[in-house]
Amino acid sequence: MRAFGTMTTPKEAVLPVWAGSRARAIVAAMVDKRMTEDEVVSELKDGMTIGIGGWGSRRKPMSLVRAILRSDLKDLTVVAYGGPDIGLLCAAGKVRRAVYGFVSLDSIPLEPHFRQARQSGAIEFTELDEGAFYLGLLAASHRVPFYPTRAGLGSDMLVMNPDLRTVTSPYDDGEELVAIPAFKLDAALIHMNRADAGGNGQFLGPDLYFDDLFAMAADKTYLSTEKIVPTESLLDEGSVHTLRIQRIFTDGVVEAPRGAHFTECPPDYGRDEAFQREYAATARDPEAWEAFRSTYLDAPSHAEYLKALEARS
Amino acid sequence: MSSIAEATIDEICVVACAEAFRGDGEILCNPIGTVPIVGGRLARATFEPDLVYTDTVAVLPANNFPVGDPDAPKVVESWVPYRTVFDIVWSGKRHVLMGASQIDQWGNQNIAAIGDFRQPKAQLLGLRGAPGNLVNHTTSYWVPNHYTRSFVASVDVVSGPGYDRMRELGSPSNRFHEVRRVVSNLGVFDFQTDDNRMRIASVHPGVTVEQVIEATAFELAGTDDVVETRLPSDEELHLIREVLDPGGARKAEFR
Repeated sequence: MRAFGTMTTPKEAVLPVWAGSRARAIVAAMVDKRMTEDEVVSELKDGMTIGIGGWGSRRKPMSLVRAILRSDLKDLTVVAYGGPDIGLLCAAGKVRRAVYGFVSLDSIPLEPHFRQARQSGAIEFTELDEGAFYLGLLAASHRVPFYPTRAGLGSDMLVMNPDLRTVTSPYDDGEELVAIPAFKLDAALIHMNRADAGGNGQFLGPDLYFDDLFAMAADKTYLSTEKIVPTESLLDEGSVHTLRIQRIFTDGVVEAPRGAHFTECPPDYGRDEAFQREYAATARDPEAWEAFRSTYLDAPSHAEYLKALEARS
Repeated sequence: MSSIAEATIDEICVVACAEAFRGDGEILCNPIGTVPIVGGRLARATFEPDLVYTDTVAVLPANNFPVGDPDAPKVVESWVPYRTVFDIVWSGKRHVLMGASQIDQWGNQNIAAIGDFRQPKAQLLGLRGAPGNLVNHTTSYWVPNHYTRSFVASVDVVSGPGYDRMRELGSPSNRFHEVRRVVSNLGVFDFQTDDNRMRIASVHPGVTVEQVIEATAFELAGTDDVVETRLPSDEELHLIREVLDPGGARKAEFR
């Protein structure tokens, strides 16, 4: 079921005949940003701050996350509305610091690998109110040092984050607010239902989450997508309101069908709950983790991963 | 005929959660957890028809529909992706009814971690939206397992600040703070005391005040002349059982 009514607009109905050919000419000139997962990872460096789009166990760029898992990258700061992306990166020892409001698998409320990392003290952490987190992305997107909010006053958010500062309103009210600093990202990874080769991204599910802000907040944004389509087909499956990632904010496009697996990616597919349960169970059992890792995470490409999935019965 | 005697604890708790929203009018009713969700929908279906509520994904359904059935038909009255939810939080037109792994006598809530947050004994959800919720709009809590490890003398992490923290914070930052009520499997609690200390508002039928005191690690106010939580009406029982939760999903929170 699709949250939006499909709005297919026959081109000839709205554009004069000459516009169609001109549109095609413009598309032909557009820069082609297609690349592979491994090419994306080769542009990342140790110690980088990397934002990951999606929310919990929803529309996460998992093929890109797995490419990081099988690379030599280390000491990453990962910024996300966290799900199995943070869990997997923690389990594989890639994370120096996690920045999050929560880390959850949705249908499994607590992310077991992330919990282990926190409980063993393996990672540094910046835990914020999840709305304040949005303002950190927004500040970075708008290139201002911070956005003010009431969120955090009175709670332990300021105790947990001694570097957080407050600001006083310069107006007559003089109200004190928390200044959420800009989350400057070296790179962002997002997953879209559709995109063109130039990096215009489209979400077809019920929620964009904050993927547009991740793209704007980052020096480099890499977008994976279920399907690369010609620019002139971007309105075939969704209305103009679904075209929320503009190519001026993207640097690479990776075609990855089922690229968000095992997280959900509606309307293309739902969450693979059985697979997610298997993943979660590996946190309690080192042997199960090794088997999971060698079967799925060590698959040398997304195509091989899909084959491993197919072999599941 | 009247099925009042047959109302079970989960149904009594659903109604107690619904009552949290009484008088709220036209705001976003945002319960989290099955019993609160059924309660919120019940309030909207009965005495608070102006409430809007979320489908817990991204829309506001205008019709009554059951929990736990993703295919139930929805009449969509608006779209509320997470970004809009945060905007609504900050606008103040929202009342959240959420869980608490720990809660203390001032209504401080913890859903973040058990033990020292630097290296917790048990990492829980994280702060989530609790810090922002509490300083922006009305909040209520649902605790399905009332015992001395959930009703604690002092929470390990303050996710949602209570009345002592708000007194310390002072005006004007505390002006939107209200912890309306706490519903547990034993009773209903509020902060209608001189110093906003938690008191017993009612105990559920069959529960004694002694049981509540025994299960609480701090001193509760209002232990004299305690009334019983009201029972669901026949109409409410019908709505809970036949319309809002025919699969009985609410019962799973009482294990």
